[in-house]
Amino acid sequence: MKRRTFNKLLGAGLLAGSAPMIIGRAAAADPLGVGFIYVGPVEDFGWTHAHDVGRKALETEFGDQVKTSFVESVKEGPDSERVIAELASKGNKLVFTTSFGYMNPTIKVAERFPDVKFEHCTGYKRAENVSTYNIRFYEGRYVQGVIAGHLSKSGIVGYIGSVPIPEVVMGMNAFIIGMRTVNPKARMKIVWVNAWYDPGKEGDSAKALIDQGADIIAQHTDSGAPLQVAQQRGVLGFGQASDMSALAPKAQLTSSVDFWNPYYIQRVKDVIAGTWQSQDVWGGFKSGMLVMAPYANMPDDVAKAGKAAEAGITDGKIAVFKGPIKDQSGAEKVPAGTELDDKAIATMNWLADGVDGQIPS
Amino acid sequence: MDQAIIISFVLSVMTASTPLLLAATGELVTEKSGVLNLGVEGMMLVGAIVGFATTVHTGSALLGVLAALLAGAAMALIFAILTLTFLANQVATGLALTIFGTGLSALVGASYVGTAVEGLPKVLFGHDALVYLSLIAVFAVAWFLRRSHRGLVLRAVGDSHDAAHAIGYPVVLIRYLATLFGGAMCGLAGAYMSLAYATSWAENMTAGRGWIALALVVFATWRPIWLLVGAYLFGGIMYGSLAIQAAGAISLFGYPLVVPSQLVSALPYVATIAVLVAISRDRAKIRMNAPACLGRSFHAAG
Repeated sequence: MKRRTFNKLLGAGLLAGSAPMIIGRAAAADPLGVGFIYVGPVEDFGWTHAHDVGRKALETEFGDQVKTSFVESVKEGPDSERVIAELASKGNKLVFTTSFGYMNPTIKVAERFPDVKFEHCTGYKRAENVSTYNIRFYEGRYVQGVIAGHLSKSGIVGYIGSVPIPEVVMGMNAFIIGMRTVNPKARMKIVWVNAWYDPGKEGDSAKALIDQGADIIAQHTDSGAPLQVAQQRGVLGFGQASDMSALAPKAQLTSSVDFWNPYYIQRVKDVIAGTWQSQDVWGGFKSGMLVMAPYANMPDDVAKAGKAAEAGITDGKIAVFKGPIKDQSGAEKVPAGTELDDKAIATMNWLADGVDGQIPS
Repeated sequence: MDQAIIISFVLSVMTASTPLLLAATGELVTEKSGVLNLGVEGMMLVGAIVGFATTVHTGSALLGVLAALLAGAAMALIFAILTLTFLANQVATGLALTIFGTGLSALVGASYVGTAVEGLPKVLFGHDALVYLSLIAVFAVAWFLRRSHRGLVLRAVGDSHDAAHAIGYPVVLIRYLATLFGGAMCGLAGAYMSLAYATSWAENMTAGRGWIALALVVFATWRPIWLLVGAYLFGGIMYGSLAIQAAGAISLFGYPLVVPSQLVSALPYVATIAVLVAISRDRAKIRMNAPACLGRSFHAAG
C-alpha cells in the first residue's frame, strides 16, 4: 500500500516537473477531471478491474492533462445516483458509469449537469450529454467455440450462464455456432447459476457439467472457480473478462479480455478537443476493445484456427450471426444469406440448435 | 445414471454442504448458551482469507486451517467483549461484525486475488479431513449438549442465566467459551471455502452461506441432528438443481418440463425450510429446545 502511494506521488511529481514540455494548448487550463464509478472492488479480477486498467491508462496517456478519480463497490440503485452526482459536482467534466444498473441514475444526474459528459457502459438510454458503450463479447465466444470444436473429444461443451439476459444468451449462441463450424454435431449443456458471482456454486456447476460428459468448460460468471474445477478434473476451459491463467495454468485455453483503454483514451481526446458527441459504441476485435488472452494448452494448428477466426471477425469476413441459423426447435431464425442486425443481436431471446436446456422464463 | 456419476454426485453434495454444517454447528453451540451472534458471514470471510493467506505463505494447508480457526475465534472474541463484557446489543453487534469481517477480508485479500493454492489434501474417499471433521463435530456437539454435564450447564445458561448464576455457574465465562467455539467453527467453514471448495480467494466468496447457516440453526430448532439433515438437504438440492440443469431437458410423463431457473435457485431454501418446519412443528419441543435467553444480555445484579 505504502509503496503504491509513494509511486503515485513520485509519478505525479515527475509528471508535474516535465509537464510544461509535453503539454501544449491544454496546459494553461486546469486538468480535465475524469470520474469513474465501479460496481465492484478494483481488485475483483474481472469486470471492475478491467475498467480500472482503463482509468490508469488515461493517466499514463495524458499525464497531468487529466485528473482521474473513482468510487468503487457502489451498489446499483439509489445510492449510485448520489455518488454519480458527487463525481459530477466535484469538477469532473467526463464521468464513466460502468454498470448496467447505473443507467437511470446516470440519465437523471446528466439532466442536472448539462455541461458534464457522461458515458454509460452496457446501457441503451442516451441523451445529449450521455453516450453508451459496450464490447461485443460474443465475438470472443465465437472464437472460443472454434477452439472448443477442435479440442473437444466428446463434442460436448459445458456452459455456465449467470442470469438469463440477451448478453448471456448471445454468448451461448455465438459459442455453439463457432463450435459447429468445426464439429457440426457439437452440443452445449448449460447451467444457470442465477448470480454473477458465487465461486462455490460456479465450481459446482462445472462439476455437474463435467459429469454430464462436457470436456470443455465455458463460463459467463465472474470467478475463476469453474476453471479451477476444470483443472482438477483434467479438462479444459475458458476464462472470463480477464486472463485467469494464474488460477488454472493447465486448464485455461484463452480468455476473452475486456480492454477499455482505446475507448477511454479516445473519449478523453474528444472532450479535450471539444468534439465529444453523444454516441452508441459497440466495439469488438476491430476496435481493439476485445482481446484474447494468450493461447495455451492447445496444439499449434488449433491455435492457428483460433487466430484465423479472430482475424476473420476483425476484418469482417466472418459474421457470427450469419444464416442459416436454426433455433432449438429447428425453426429457421436467420435465413441463409442474411445476417442479424445489431438490434436483433442485442435483444436475442432464443437458443441455437445444439444447445440443450432452456432460457428460464 | 451410472455409478461414477452417482459417486461424483455424492462427493459434490458433501462438499457443498460442509461449510454450512461447520458454521451452523458452531453457531448452534453459541446460541445454546444464549448468545445470538449474527456475525457468522463475517467470521467465515475472515477465516477464509486468513486460512488462504497463511497457506500461500507457509505452503501448509494444515497451518492455514489452524490460522483460520484462530482468526474466527478472534473475531468472536471481539463480539464477546462487546456484548458480554460491555453488554452491547447482540443483534446490532453481530451485524456490525459481518460488515466489519466483509470489509476487513476484502482489504487483506486484495493482493491474493487471482492466486491459486494446492488446497487441502484428500484423505479418504476423495474428501479432505474437514468433511469428516464436520460430521464428527456435529455428533460430538449433539452428545455434549444432551449427555454431558457441561452441556447441561451450557443449556442452563442459555435457558435461564439468572438461575444458572444463582446456582453459582460463571455465566459470562461459559458464554465467552461458547462464542469462541462458534467463531472457531465459522473460521473453519471459511477455510473450507477458500482451501477446499474453491481453492482461491475472492472477495465476499462465501456469498451468503453464513446467513444460510444461521437460518439452519433456527429451522433445525437447535437440534444438532436436524442441523445435519438440513445442511445436507440444502447442499443436496442446491447441487442437484445444477446437476439436473446440466443433464439437459427434463421430462415428466413424456412432457418436457420447463422450470424457471430462478425457481430452481430458490428451491434449496424453500425445500429446506419446508422440511425442517414439517419435522419440527411440535411447539412444545420447539420451546424446549430454543434457548430462552437467546440474545438477552446478562449482568449479575448487585
